[in-house]
Amino acid sequence: MTEPPVLEVSDLSVDYALDRGVIRAVDDVSFTVSRGEFLGIVGESGCGKSTLLFAIAQLLAPPARVAGGAVRFNGANLVGLTDRELSVVRWRQLSVVMQSAMNALNPVKSIGAQFKDAMRARGVKDKQEIAARSAEVLRMVGIDPVHLRSYPHQLSGGMRQRSMIAMAMLFTPELVIMDEPTSALDVVAQRSLMTQIKELQDRYGFAAIFVTHDMSLISHFSDRLMVMYAGQVSELGTTRGVFDQPRHPYTQGLLEAFPSIRGPRVELKGIPGSPPNLARIPSGCRFHPRCPRCEDRCKEQLPELYEVGGALVRCLLADETKPVPSAAASLRRRTGAEDEHA
Amino acid sequence: MSMPDREQLPEPSTELLRADHLTRHFKIGGALSRRTLHAVDDVNLTIGQREIVALAGESGSGKSTIARLLARIYSPTSGTISYEGKPLASMRSRRDRLRYSGQVPMVFQDPFASINPVFRVSHGVLRSLKLHRPELSAIQRQEEAARVFEVVGLGAEMLQRFPYELSGGQRQRVGFAQALVTRPKLILADEPVSMLDVSIRIGLLNLMAKLRDEEGVSILYITHDIASARYVADRLIVMYAGQIAESGPIETVLTDPRHPYTQLLLSAVPDPRADLSVAAETDRGEPPKVIDPAPGCRFRWRCPLAIDKCAQVTPVLTLLSAGDVPLRHEVACHVAEMGAEVRAFS
Repeated sequence: MTEPPVLEVSDLSVDYALDRGVIRAVDDVSFTVSRGEFLGIVGESGCGKSTLLFAIAQLLAPPARVAGGAVRFNGANLVGLTDRELSVVRWRQLSVVMQSAMNALNPVKSIGAQFKDAMRARGVKDKQEIAARSAEVLRMVGIDPVHLRSYPHQLSGGMRQRSMIAMAMLFTPELVIMDEPTSALDVVAQRSLMTQIKELQDRYGFAAIFVTHDMSLISHFSDRLMVMYAGQVSELGTTRGVFDQPRHPYTQGLLEAFPSIRGPRVELKGIPGSPPNLARIPSGCRFHPRCPRCEDRCKEQLPELYEVGGALVRCLLADETKPVPSAAASLRRRTGAEDEHA
Repeated sequence: MSMPDREQLPEPSTELLRADHLTRHFKIGGALSRRTLHAVDDVNLTIGQREIVALAGESGSGKSTIARLLARIYSPTSGTISYEGKPLASMRSRRDRLRYSGQVPMVFQDPFASINPVFRVSHGVLRSLKLHRPELSAIQRQEEAARVFEVVGLGAEMLQRFPYELSGGQRQRVGFAQALVTRPKLILADEPVSMLDVSIRIGLLNLMAKLRDEEGVSILYITHDIASARYVADRLIVMYAGQIAESGPIETVLTDPRHPYTQLLLSAVPDPRADLSVAAETDRGEPPKVIDPAPGCRFRWRCPLAIDKCAQVTPVLTLLSAGDVPLRHEVACHVAEMGAEVRAFS
C-alpha cells in the first residue's frame, strides 16, 4: 500500500460573506499532496489561489469562511479546529511563507528576535538551543548568521525572503506552503531562491505547495501542477505533462501568452477578455466567454473534472473519456472510514 | 502586427530624443551622515522616431529615474536632454513645457492608482484635450476621445464607465488613451504591464506595437521582463547600478550578449521550453551598492571575469565592431572591449 498523503483537501469551498451577497472564491476543490512532493498552483488574480492557501493553513478571517469540505493534514481534519488546537500543527508540522516579506516580518524587531519569538511560542525555552537553531536555519538558506542582529529593512529583498523561508524551517515541518514568495524579486534573485527552495526540499524532504501566477517560473521545479480558474480546478497533472500537452484551452492560452527569449519571434494572441468577477460567474463552463473553442453546450453545462491521460481536466471537449466526478467522492470513500473512528 | 526581421530595418532615421551624460544623484541621510545615492550616472542614450526602445534592469538600477528625468519630474544633477535637437533646459515658457509634456507623455505602472476613481474615465482624457488642444470645440473633444478609445481597443461606450467597472487591462488601455490624445511622439511607459495578469499582458504589448506601426509613436518601454521586451522592442538597453551595461538591436544583444551582467540576466529568465541552465546558481541576485560608489565597474563584485582594471577604472560604453565595421552594439566592459570572448554565465 502506498504511503498516505501528507495533505488531503476534499471538496473545499470558501465563501466571502459580503453586504452585496455571498461570493464563492474557492469552489469544491480537491487534491492531495504526497510526502516530499512539490505542487505548483497557478492562476490569475482573483482565481482563488491565495484564498485556497489561507483555507489550508486555517488563516481565513471574516468575511471569509470555509463553507464546506475538509483539509486533512496527516489524516486529521484542520477545518473547525480552535487556534489552541491548531498551534500543535502550525510551525511544527506546517508552515507558511507569505508573499511580501516586508509586510510579514516585524519591522521593529531583529530577525533573531523574531526567530526567538516563534520558538518560544512553541515551547522552546533554552536560550542556547534557540541561538543554535536560529543560526543553523539561517545558514541553511545561505545567509551569514551575523544577520540575526539585522532588522528587515537592512536586508535586500532576496535576503528577506530567504529569512522568511529560514523561519518556516525552524521546526523542520512536513509541509511548507508558499504564496508567491518570489514575485517581488528580480529574475536573478528569483532563480537563485527557487534553486535554494528545491535544494532544501531535496535535503529535508518536506512537501511544498507553491502558489504563483507565473507558470514558467515553476516549470523546472514542481512535480505536479494545478491550474485554477474562477475558483475551480481547471487542470491538474504532472508538470511536464501539463507543459508538453496542455488539455484545457485556458492552460493552452496561458502557455501561449509567454513570449520566449529564444527561438523565432512569433506573434502571440494571449487570451481575449479578462478573468471573471466571482460575483458574476458565467453560466456553464466558467471559461467559455474567453474560450476560442467554445461550443453551444459549453454555455449551459458546467464540465466535471474529466480524467484524460492521467491528468484531470475540466473541459467538455476532453470528454472522449469518462468523467470522474468521483475524484472527490473516491477520496471521501477512502478517508470515510477514518472519519467514523475519529 | 507583423514580425519583420528588425535586423534588416534601416538605422532609425531621425533622432527624437537624446540624453548626454545624464546624471541624477539623491542626497540621503542627516547632516552628519550625508551620503549620495547615484541613481543614474553618466547615461547616454538616443531614441529614434517610430521605434520601441526597451530599458531593462533590476529594481534599483535607475530605469524609472531615467523615465522621470525624461518626463521632467526630476531635473538632472548634470548632463543634458535634448528633444528634437533642442535642449530641455531651454524650454522654459509654459507653452514650451506644455508642448513637451504633450508630446512626451508617461504611462504609469499601476493602473489602479493612476486613474482618478471618482470620475468617469472620459474625465482625464477630456481634460487633457482641453489643456493641450484648446483649438478643439467640446464636440470635437468628444469625437477625439472616442477616436483614441477605438485606437486602444476599448470602444467609445467605455468613456462613460467609472474606473472600478474596468479590469486592470482595460484601465491600462485608458492610460494609453490618455497619453494618445495629446498626439505624442514618444510615450514613456514605466512597467506598463507588470501589474497585469499574464493572459492579458500580450494584448497590451500588441497595442504598443500597433501604436508604433500605425500611429508612428516611439515608446520607451521600461521593464524587468526581457522576454516581453524582445516581443515588442527594436532596441534594448540593459542598465546596471545606474549605468548602461549594454545596448544594441534587441536580437543582437539577446543572441550575442557581451556584458557579463546581460549574460547573467538572460540565464536567469525562466523558460519552460528550454532546459534548466545551472550556470547562474551561484549568483544570489544581491543588489549593487550605489551609495557613494567607488570608481571601477559596479558589477565587479559579482563578475567571475573581473580583472585588476575593473577595480580601478569605470568602464565606458564603447561601440563594438566586427573587423573594421562598427556595429550598433555597445558594451561597457573592460574584458569585452579587449576583444575577448565573454562567457561569464551561459
